[in-house]
Amino acid sequence: MIFFLLLVAPPFLSSFLLTLVTQALIYAIVAMSLDIILGYTGLASLGHAAYFGLGAYSVGILATRYGAGFGITLPAGVFLALAVAAIFGLVALRATGVYFLMITLALGMVVWGLAHRWVTVTQGDNGISAIPRPDLGLPWSLALSIPFYYFALAGFFIAFWILRTIVRSPFGQTLVGIRESESRMRTLGYHVWLHKYIGFVIAGGVAGFAGVLWAYYNGFVSPVELQLATSVEVLLMVALGGRATLIGPALGAAIIVFLKNLVSVYTHRWLLILGAVYILTIVYAPEGILGAIKWRPKKVKPKTVGVEDLTEGEIGGSV
Amino acid sequence: MSSRRIAAISGLLLVALSAGASPAWAQKGPIKIGFLTQMTGGGAAVGKDMSNGFMMSLEEIGSQIAGRKVQAIIEDTQGDPGQALTRLRKLVESDQVHAVAGIFLANEGYALAPKVDEYGIPTVWAVVSADDLTQRKPTKWAVRTGWTSSQPNHPFGEYVTKTLGYKRIVTIAMDYAFGWEQVGGFQRTFEENGGQIVQKLWPPLGTTDFGPFLAQIKRDADAVFAVMVAASALRFPKQYQDAGLKARLPLIGGGTSFDEFVLPSLGDEAIGAISPLIYSAAIDTPMNRRFVKEFRTKYGKVPGYYGEASYSAGRWIAEAAKAVGGGVEGKEKFLSALKKVELPDAPRGPIKLDAYGNPIQNIYVRKVEKKDGELWNTVIHTFPNVSQFWNYKPEVFLKQPVYDRNYPACKYC
Amino acid sequence: MEFWVTQTFNGISYGALLFLLAGGLSLIFGMMRIVNMTHGSYYLLGGYVGLSAIWRGGNFPLAILAGALVIAIVGIVEWNAFLKRLGGQELGQVLTTMGFALIFQDLALIIWGGDPYTIPVPAMLSGAYQIGQLYFPVYRIFIIAVAALVAVLLWLVLEQTRVGAMMRATVDDPEMARGVGINVHGISMMVFALGALLAAVAGVVAGGFVGVYPGADFEILPYAFVVVIVGGMGSLKGALIGSLLVGLLDNFGKALFPELSYFTLFAPMAAILAMRPTGLYGRA
Repeated sequence: MIFFLLLVAPPFLSSFLLTLVTQALIYAIVAMSLDIILGYTGLASLGHAAYFGLGAYSVGILATRYGAGFGITLPAGVFLALAVAAIFGLVALRATGVYFLMITLALGMVVWGLAHRWVTVTQGDNGISAIPRPDLGLPWSLALSIPFYYFALAGFFIAFWILRTIVRSPFGQTLVGIRESESRMRTLGYHVWLHKYIGFVIAGGVAGFAGVLWAYYNGFVSPVELQLATSVEVLLMVALGGRATLIGPALGAAIIVFLKNLVSVYTHRWLLILGAVYILTIVYAPEGILGAIKWRPKKVKPKTVGVEDLTEGEIGGSV
Repeated sequence: MSSRRIAAISGLLLVALSAGASPAWAQKGPIKIGFLTQMTGGGAAVGKDMSNGFMMSLEEIGSQIAGRKVQAIIEDTQGDPGQALTRLRKLVESDQVHAVAGIFLANEGYALAPKVDEYGIPTVWAVVSADDLTQRKPTKWAVRTGWTSSQPNHPFGEYVTKTLGYKRIVTIAMDYAFGWEQVGGFQRTFEENGGQIVQKLWPPLGTTDFGPFLAQIKRDADAVFAVMVAASALRFPKQYQDAGLKARLPLIGGGTSFDEFVLPSLGDEAIGAISPLIYSAAIDTPMNRRFVKEFRTKYGKVPGYYGEASYSAGRWIAEAAKAVGGGVEGKEKFLSALKKVELPDAPRGPIKLDAYGNPIQNIYVRKVEKKDGELWNTVIHTFPNVSQFWNYKPEVFLKQPVYDRNYPACKYC
Repeated sequence: MEFWVTQTFNGISYGALLFLLAGGLSLIFGMMRIVNMTHGSYYLLGGYVGLSAIWRGGNFPLAILAGALVIAIVGIVEWNAFLKRLGGQELGQVLTTMGFALIFQDLALIIWGGDPYTIPVPAMLSGAYQIGQLYFPVYRIFIIAVAALVAVLLWLVLEQTRVGAMMRATVDDPEMARGVGINVHGISMMVFALGALLAAVAGVVAGGFVGVYPGADFEILPYAFVVVIVGGMGSLKGALIGSLLVGLLDNFGKALFPELSYFTLFAPMAAILAMRPTGLYGRA
């Protein structure tokens, strides 16, 4: 279906559009990772871009300074994101709701501040440039846009498969239960904090994975990837597409990427339009696009938890 | 709704997109130049000056070169190097431009440089002044028609010791590459001529309150050399004056600290400040007077170097395109034409390129004075034919690292 | 010695500015738990409106008044038309207020262009008092005075008036307040407008000091959040202490460890939150 289309798209798209779709795929990974904690666990984070940036900077530093290949940068980037998420999770998960938002905001800003000011390592505002595309020993050079597109697509499929497996598993179902009522889950004997923590760390790791791809895509990393506005944008992608659906956030990512890049071609007032999209989404489609069209993912198991006060689009949550 | 329906809709979307995206092929259509600058966000005003200057140069020649129409496509980098890259991709792959010009921020320049060489697209760095773009990390396919950050400050260091007589100076500059390169260039010649930098302060980019830094300035120096840009240039002189420093320590600075960009909004606190730059709106030549008058009439403000540099970049491209008879499709030939252009009558004075693709031009030492109720940068001295390497041999100069926070080291701090 | 006195004075004056900015956010946060990303925009627009007022021939106090009133109205409209229904939905609030922030940013660019300006201040507020070798810029003293005045007024209103009591009741327990017959919606609207107004005043006052320019909105937003978080959400005392703390930390941080400047600001914030998730003086 959609996946088939993604596979055969390249010859039909102009080179520029292909790069946009590549961008959308990478951001889709970030958005899906955020969906784990936002959609499935119910925790809105204002600092998710930090893990994305950490993955990207790992590549930037290792590839340009030490000539490291993909075999090193990929695990390094993901590991760094996981490690930082593990540390931050300990701090952030002491709170929920608004306080969680604030703490994640603060932590995100700490990482941003470091990227900005630790010039000897990150080159500060200048960013790190000339990151070469990875050499995987394939017959097609990843420096060309079509092979790289498939590279990103593969990354997207892998991330999607990992996240979907998590979400469909008993672990994923527990997350949903926690989202609906922590106290109930606790009464039922689940270790709530541990579940949230693991979810948080995994989300960070996947975002780091996306960051690694992004650094290779752009060949460039700068603190902009880490800033507050980026974190908010990822939130929008999830909200726009439809929480707790995985596909929804991916769709949201695609829409936002295309919006930012294509609208600004026709008008310099793209900020106004983007702002309007933020507002209109909440006003008219608070459940996101997939929620608005009442699209529900196929359920794998029958409903296990009493769900009397759930809304239509949030039941189940497995894909 | 079934997943099949979603697939159908997505499929339709993809087809619609690709249909809308196929470029319309005109055989020998207009000469297309992509102009990249920041049109939204914090640097939007700079971007506007730049695009205005560039468009003005094209309009002056009736948007025609060698019988072909010239079409400028202005793209917004949003101040984000990632976006700049995306815009470049669009310009080259979608719009099929024959050349690219513009760029203001150093990080955008560094991000684009490798891509420019990858595409093999003739590029004109109009304003971006990051030293290494034409020094240790040159781009084969680009020329620069603006300046390097350290270029004006090399002669200025000499001027300050010899003519102004200051021997001990405190530098305060925004803590990023531009600030480092400006201070570096100044420090080098200043200390070579007997001066001493006794303190180096680096307020982070975006500092609004300079209090913590002003309080640290060593009061026993002869003068303070400040490198500020845009909004920080606006607020620094006043805070400097209010901290009681102006009376004790004369304020000199890098050219952007008192550029025409901020002069209209500065008050009397800026009067007397001396700075070097490639341009001043007060340059008294017929060419510049005409340029300033035209710019002011058209856009309602006195042009600063952003406007002039972009205007000259436009003229530069026009000259190169004329030299190849309008045949800009021949990229290699167009590039070598770009490298050979000379503008003897640009508003800022004569410009030609050195072997590394950077202008050799006049450097003006200016002083802020009030004329008819307005602040102007009166030219008090001109250094002719200054290159990015000053009096140093390029090979020797390039062996040293690029100026940064710690290079040259602060020996007398 | 000169260094420590001047730095402390600078830190206090910067803290005073932050208090004007963050005091309103703290109230909004505390009462409605609204994460208001538009707060920076109120600051920016307030400054621009004040600038326009002066261009049209007004004087400085008029500029402050104009900025305050116009932005209060903007705040009321934003709250009434959109935010009112988003109680408890943090994500919705973040996204809606962010949307407005982007729209306002672009509108400001359209209306006032992108050039940076300073707000001309009356002559009596320029210059500095000199005590020995120490200089105390008059304008900084002015900022401290304004912040102190606002703090006192807010305290009077909150502690000594009926409206203030209703506000406090709504902060502590909205459901009980509603039960006792307090018009929670009306009070909430007033608080939101007050918060926006304070930010606008900060914008005009700061405009004479740091200028009015595009990007000021998102530059100042993290600082406002830091103050609110450190001081505690919904507590006026917390906002005051938080802003002084942040002002001093930022100043001394920049003076003593300039390379780590953002770090010296956000790391303590994260640390405080780690120990007290509700901030120093906040209540859950």
